[in-house]
Amino acid sequence: MAVSETDLIYLSAAEQARRVRAGEVSSRQLTEAYLARIADMDGEIGAYVTIEGDRALARADHIDAALAGANGHPDQLGPLAGVPIALKDILVTEGIKTTAASAILADWIPPYDGTVVSRLSRAGAVLLGKLNLDEFAMGSSTENSAIKTCRNPWDRSRVPGGSSGGSAAAVVSFQCAASLGTDTGGSIRQPSAFCGIVGLKPTYGLVSRYGVIAFASSLDQVGPMARTVEDVALLLEVIAGFDPHDSTSIDRPVPRYRDALGRGVSGLTIGLPDEYFAGGVDAEVARAVEAAIATYQTLGAKTVPVSLPHTKYALPTYYLVAPAEASSNLARFDGVRYGLRRSETDDSQKVGLFDMYCKTRGAGFGPEVKRRIMLGTFALRSGYYDAYYLKAQQVRTLIRRDFERAFETVDLLLAPTTPTPAFAVGEKMANPLDMYLADIFTLSCNLAGLPGMNVPCGFTESGLPIGMQLLGKPLGEETMLAAAAAFEREIGAIGAGGVPTRRPPEVSS
Amino acid sequence: MTDWEPVIGLEVHVQLATATKAFSPSGTAFGATPNSLTDPTVLGLPGALPVFNRRALQYAIALGLATGCTIRERSRFARKQYFYPDLPKGYQISQYEEPLCEGGAVEFLFGGQVRRVRLTRIHMEEDAGKSIHHSNVASWVDLNRAGVPLCEVVSEPDIRSAEEAAEYMRALRQLVRYLGVSGGDMEKGQLRCDANVSIRPRGQAELGTRAELKNINSFRFVQNAIEHEIARQIRILGSGGTIVQETRLWDSDAGTSRSMRTKEEAEDYRYFPDPDLPVVKVESATLEAIKADLPELPMAKCRRYLDDYGLSEDDARTLTAERSLAEFFDSAVEAHGSSGKGAKAIANWVQSELLRELNRDGKDVGECPIKAPHLAELVSLIEKGTISGKIAKDVFAKMYQTGDPPGIVVEREGLQQISDESAIEEIARKILSENPKQVASYQAGKQNLLGFFVGQVMKATRGKANPKLVNQLLRRLLDE
Repeated sequence: MAVSETDLIYLSAAEQARRVRAGEVSSRQLTEAYLARIADMDGEIGAYVTIEGDRALARADHIDAALAGANGHPDQLGPLAGVPIALKDILVTEGIKTTAASAILADWIPPYDGTVVSRLSRAGAVLLGKLNLDEFAMGSSTENSAIKTCRNPWDRSRVPGGSSGGSAAAVVSFQCAASLGTDTGGSIRQPSAFCGIVGLKPTYGLVSRYGVIAFASSLDQVGPMARTVEDVALLLEVIAGFDPHDSTSIDRPVPRYRDALGRGVSGLTIGLPDEYFAGGVDAEVARAVEAAIATYQTLGAKTVPVSLPHTKYALPTYYLVAPAEASSNLARFDGVRYGLRRSETDDSQKVGLFDMYCKTRGAGFGPEVKRRIMLGTFALRSGYYDAYYLKAQQVRTLIRRDFERAFETVDLLLAPTTPTPAFAVGEKMANPLDMYLADIFTLSCNLAGLPGMNVPCGFTESGLPIGMQLLGKPLGEETMLAAAAAFEREIGAIGAGGVPTRRPPEVSS
Repeated sequence: MTDWEPVIGLEVHVQLATATKAFSPSGTAFGATPNSLTDPTVLGLPGALPVFNRRALQYAIALGLATGCTIRERSRFARKQYFYPDLPKGYQISQYEEPLCEGGAVEFLFGGQVRRVRLTRIHMEEDAGKSIHHSNVASWVDLNRAGVPLCEVVSEPDIRSAEEAAEYMRALRQLVRYLGVSGGDMEKGQLRCDANVSIRPRGQAELGTRAELKNINSFRFVQNAIEHEIARQIRILGSGGTIVQETRLWDSDAGTSRSMRTKEEAEDYRYFPDPDLPVVKVESATLEAIKADLPELPMAKCRRYLDDYGLSEDDARTLTAERSLAEFFDSAVEAHGSSGKGAKAIANWVQSELLRELNRDGKDVGECPIKAPHLAELVSLIEKGTISGKIAKDVFAKMYQTGDPPGIVVEREGLQQISDESAIEEIARKILSENPKQVASYQAGKQNLLGFFVGQVMKATRGKANPKLVNQLLRRLLDE
């Protein structure tokens, strides 16, 4: 099938990789097509904070040359050879500005690649640039970016979700083949739901955190965000696996996740946690998720109600654990070795060390980051530690046990990813607690260290995507991906060449 | 006047002698170009993570076992948080609630007795970097030291004098050097000491208010700083004042200390378990393997030298000061093969001749040209009468020069002692006949002339005559 240059961008990453290997298209063609798309589109979306056009083209040419020299053995080049991707700008990239969307790191160029970055590179991927996010991944709308606003490609007056909002928006608006995000309390799944893409948060420890700017170390995971389940599986194969640079990474062989995609759901038991369906969920979201449940029943899965009784404590627990770790992780941004330094008064007088710290951090961090640093600092204070941080860790254990108990009888859990579809830009900025509630269904998964993913399951009447969340057992990614793929096939979400059947509006004229 | 009793507890930082840092692959060499021993983790770059150095754990366990600590099967790293330019991450990875080692004690000889200072704990942590302040112009930071593995050895307040504190430090230094877990060099910052000092009227059980002295970085300063602090507290309490609980910085140049911060100003370190590092698990097999590899410890050697060999405390102390010397001594005693009977003689040779030569050449025992079994052989040759003690010194000198065993030296140089009575008698008669005047004086009562005749005989035999025989023979001949 002949395709025009512009059609290339709609193809799935897997299809692009196949065509590159088959010599049907060059990496340069793909890369140029995406760079053109970004030039056309991103002014309206704001997904990219850094575009590395020249570097990407040079890399594409390098891949094309390697392919030409591979003499019928293109598989040696890696499963993503020539495929243009982009990364959430919290992943450290050697020689490419890495900002975490914060003024405090606005000009930082790292001297090293994070593990997932070098694994993508080894797999042959071409890096187009770095994607927008909430500052230090703290937020649910990407409005906390100190660099620019990012908009939902389905409705530009709405947020793309967050914190990996740039990753979700870029993927769904065909500004890259696929992307990586990070998920600390829902930051992959919630924007995936708001933008209508597939996003997977792996089991804690499955993917290395080396080279991921830390928000909350015991919760952070890197994961793939793409338009198809197959692409998510493909990317996960590339980035997963033990890393000697990360002491919390799991030492276990990585399965070939794509092999699980055809397994279907017949015979699986899917649990429906009462607490995630008990009011507060938007009616259209609830309807779409109910329909998805019915689809799974049609496909041969059994659905049963389960209870996760400590769910109501997830939000307060998360907002003690995550800020506590963040307050510590962000201490290194002190103006001494890299990033912003403010060491003068307004009339150019040099200030002392303490004032330098205060001025640098005062100017460098945005309000939400400061709020969380203060929350975390408070929670860890001597004399308060037992009542807050330690108590939160104890509750975390109870939340984990809820899941362990549920998974004794079910293979997967299914719930809405978010209580509502994408909300309007500015709608929740005045009230942080409202914003925190946007992640109410995604936090528990991180607290328990489980894998979770968003699977698009419909649209509102006004055309906003709706997502359902699948949660798996520890290292249960294969079952989760199998269920997601079965659903994707059943509803016909993806057409030939991995092209989504429903796409957001093109550039407004 | 009140009789004040000082109460002292020490917190000693021991730098572990690993090739790489505690949590990253950079080297640990002393004196390298500033900031050359760094990597993303040491620099605290965004995204960098720590990976614990297993060798540091082995060293810390060895130190814990050698001091009789209980080693936790599961211990934890915690973050100790404060802001300072030489602390790249804004926190130090340390241990807080669940340290690796608890209990135990350091033992040493002090005032003719074995002193036992109990330990509260030994925990593992990383070092900070070094700040260099250049008057008011600028401050520089060298992160070469940042991330170097340390053990903090915290004692109970069992120490009662500045001198004893210094002796405790020496014992700890000796111990870590025996174990090979640290160079123990205070000048290089491999051992650093903070002292908690308080005083109380003698006989009172309750502890006084303490001050913590920081920055004590030589053995001499340990004693000076603590003596100074004791005197300061006596002066204050003696004149009706009260001690403020505070941290004081020792200034060795000025020979005085100044207040850094009071208890009210003390920082809240906001400790919490480091989520980047899993629980440190110590399997019992690991523990057993490290235990099996421990050398005989200095106090055990000391006791053996005192009890089994009958050496003096001074001898035992000198011989056990360094593990290499003690092991040289032990293998010489063993080679002598007389279940320790030659120990005293060997101890004398080691301390007088051997150490003198080595010190003169600035050599370590490891570089000594004389092998331990050769020294044992030398002592045996004396005991058997093959050579005299005096000749032995010449043999020793030749052995030191050439590295040859004493038997070969004696043979080559013809230094065998002449113990043939008739041969000596012949020479003695000749000497007497050549010196009739002295013989007459002797026989007239000047008995001390015997030494003159002995000297002449020894001279004639080039020192090889058995001096005991010479004495006996001359006395008999002169009295005839």
